[in-house]
Parts: sequence; structure tokens; C-alpha cells
Amino acid sequence: MTIDPTPFILTIKLAAITVIALFLVGMPLVCWLFFSKSLSSLIVRASIHLPLVLPPVVIGFYLMVFFSPSFFVGAFLAKWFHLQINFTFTGLVIGSVVFNIPFMVNPVLGGLEGLSPSLYEASFLTGKGKTATFFKVLLPSVRPSVFTGCILTIAHTIGEFGMVLMIGGKIPGVTKVASIALYDEVESLNFSNAHFYSLILLGMSSFLILILFIVNKRFARIC
Amino acid sequence: MEGLVLKVDKTVSGRWGRFTLQAEMDIPFGKCSALFGPSGSGKTTLLRIIAGLDKPDQGTIVFNGRPWVDTENGIFIPPQKRNIGFVFQDYALFPAMTVEKNIAYSLPARCDTDVGYYLKVFDLVGVRKKLPQTLSGGQKQRVALARACARQPTLLLLDEPLSALDICMRRDLQNELLRIRENLGITTILVSHDIAELFCLATNVYKMAKGSVVSNGTPREIFQSRTDCLELTAMLLEKKMQGVLCLATVAVGAEVSTLAISAPEAAPLVPGDLLRISVKAFNPVVTVLKND
Repeated sequence: MTIDPTPFILTIKLAAITVIALFLVGMPLVCWLFFSKSLSSLIVRASIHLPLVLPPVVIGFYLMVFFSPSFFVGAFLAKWFHLQINFTFTGLVIGSVVFNIPFMVNPVLGGLEGLSPSLYEASFLTGKGKTATFFKVLLPSVRPSVFTGCILTIAHTIGEFGMVLMIGGKIPGVTKVASIALYDEVESLNFSNAHFYSLILLGMSSFLILILFIVNKRFARIC
Repeated sequence: MEGLVLKVDKTVSGRWGRFTLQAEMDIPFGKCSALFGPSGSGKTTLLRIIAGLDKPDQGTIVFNGRPWVDTENGIFIPPQKRNIGFVFQDYALFPAMTVEKNIAYSLPARCDTDVGYYLKVFDLVGVRKKLPQTLSGGQKQRVALARACARQPTLLLLDEPLSALDICMRRDLQNELLRIRENLGITTILVSHDIAELFCLATNVYKMAKGSVVSNGTPREIFQSRTDCLELTAMLLEKKMQGVLCLATVAVGAEVSTLAISAPEAAPLVPGDLLRISVKAFNPVVTVLKND
């Protein structure tokens, strides 16, 4: 039995980059969604739930079409920036970020909505604006929710298959992550390798869920 | 014009269903005025309108000659730009910040007093590194007051700021608040149900009911009985009919006492009723209670 560790390294790298990227993109989005009462925020809020109900392979397909050279976005990126998104690790990251938005945004929004409005009103009355209030007062007050969002994002990235296969393919060392390597091993009837990959993925997911419960319990005791 | 001049209307939902809050006030600069009235009469809503947290349906608010709200001309100054110190009923302390950081958060950028001054004045030095959720009710309230004062506001709004404190701490903080207010000369609006607190802190009281100001004047004018007799408000706990008399057990403040009243007078009363008990002539024996 020869096991290639590269798919695991790629999976961990993808999960780490996704969670960082999604935190940087997701928190300003949460800030806007939380404070905005406009119709556009309502539409955005509804649309970020799509990955929860759409088959991931559909998201992967549309992202592949979106970044293909035959579509204007892909053509624009290729012509002006010499950038190819499909079948690259960057493509995987973009797909993963899009796919995981609800898993990061929803727990944080839920946490914020559980806070007393007087908390942000008190911050406004000290002269602070919405952005400062969000990052200095509200976000630290919902640390357990932010942590939950991060863990869910990592867990879903580790387990994602359809979307990753569609936008990234299975290029060894580039886009062939652990879940795809597992599929390949099953297709080649290498069940011992498949078992190994499965056990490692099962262990990683169980560890994340355990960490989530331990940390949330600790937060609950502190608060 | 110095001070706060307001005339606002707002439809609100309260204890008595939907009603229109209609208030007209002229609060002098540097003085402490109080809003007094039963729960749901619109006191907190009025405070929130002054702070800019709620918008009135129509009306104007002018503070020290500067319009904060003018619905006709579309003027609305956001709460961030009103330089207000606000103490919320639920304290609204930032849970992820220590006491020290809660106060520091409120300090203006260019400010010659530091956090240490407020920690000392509000007796919070010992809990400076603690998180709000680990504090007692009284400590939380002092942090909220310290944070409101650290903003160095031109208008201080206090929504029942001392309600969670015991009588000793309440007296100490009342005096402290009075001293700070007089030193800084901050125009203050206080919401309170505590008549003793209003006598100590307020120079003017607006009595509110169902969204309207029903009377205003000095605390003495508002609360002093029009007769020379002593009047007590009591809650009827139980009644026992004994022939032509009824023995009524009543609670007056923290004391429970039994009174004999005539049976016909007692007939319509049921436990839970609030009673006004008047004593026409008496020679009181006054004893000073030790506070500790």
C-alpha cells in the first residue's frame, strides 16, 4: 500500500486559505448585512443561502462556465491578467469560498442577532461608526459564533467533492484533494488505500467537531 | 438658546397599546431634569429620541442652539455626533472588554483625563481587569456610569441609573453623581421611579402618563402632598372581616403592618390593590437608621 500524502497537504492548504479568505471577505459582508435594512441586503442574504440547497456540483459547473475563456469574465481575466482560474488551485479556493459563504456568515449573523441592540447603540453613542462598532464591539462579543463559522468552513472544505471536481479537475499536486484521491482509489479498486483516505478524513472531521464542542463549552462557561 | 428645547410627536406601542407620545420640554443648560411616570408612559422612548436612537414622527429638538432634529427641514443629527453620555437600563456593557477597556472605549481622542480617573471616581480600581459578566449589578451600573461620563458629554441621559443598587450604594452614588454633575456642569435628563433620587438629583421633574407630560415643576412641587397630613402608599396583602371592622394587612415599602378599617370601606378591596393611607394628626418619633 503506497499512500501519496500530497492530496492531504492540498486539502489542508485549501481549508486554511479558504477560512482566511472567507473571514476577510465574509466579515465585511456580515457587517453590511447586519446593519443594512435595504432590499439589496435582503436579496444578498437570501442568495448566500443558495449553496445550502443547490447541489455543489451545480455551483462548480456555473463557476467553471463563469471563468471559462468562452465567457466574458474568463476571457477578460485571460486577456488582461493572463489568469486562468479553471483547473488551478486558485479556482479551487474561489469555488471553496463561494461554496462556504453560508457556513461562515450564518453562524456569525445568528450570534449578532442574539445580542441586545443596546450594545451597538451604546457604541454609537460613544461616537463610533458602524464599522468600528462591528469590529471592536460586536464581533468580539460573538467569538463562539465566529469560531463555529471557521470550523464549519474547514470541515466543509475538507469534505467537498462535486464542486471541487468540477472547477479543479483532478490534477495531481495541483487540484487533486483528499476527497478526489479517495474517489480515484475506489475507481481503481484500491480499497485498502480508499480505507486509509477515508479513515484520515473521518479522523480530521471528528477532531474538528470535537474541538468545536470543547471550545463552545469553554466559551459558555466564561460568558 | 442654551439647554435642550424639544417638541416631538411619535406613535409608540406601550403598556396601554398604541398611543402618541407628545412631549414639549425646555430643559435648562447645566441642570438636571427628570422624567417620572409609570412604566410604559414613554419616558425611555423620549430619552431614545433625544439620543438619536429613535426618530420622532414629527417635531424639533434643539440643543444649545444647534438643531438635532427638524422633521420639516429633514434635519437629523446621528447619535455619534450629539456628544451624549447614555446609561441604559440593561447597562449595555461590552462583554468582550474588561471594565478598563469599556471606559477607555468611550474616552474622546483628545482628552486630558485618563481611565484611571474614572476608575477611581467610580470605585472600580479593584475590578479594572474583570469582564462585565463577572461583576455584581451595582458594579455594572457604576461601569455604565463611568463609561457615560468618560465620553465627556454635553448631555447626560440616565435611564434608571441606580435602580439595581442597594440603598447605601445608591446614596453614595447619588452624591457622587451630584458632585460629578456639578463639577462638569453637564445638562442631565434622568429617568427614575425613585422619589428620593429625584429630590437629590433633579431640579425639575416632568411627570408623564400615557405619552404626555401631565405636569412639571420642582420635585417639591410635584411630589409634596397638598395637605399637611402624612400619606403612604401601601399594597393590600390580605383582609379579614371582623364584624364591623376589617383587619387589613398591608405592605408599606419593606414593612408589613395591620390596620383596622371599617367593613363597608373594606368591602370593595381585594388583595393586590394599591391604597393611599393618610394619617391626619400625629407626633412622629424620628430615629436615624444606621446605613451600615
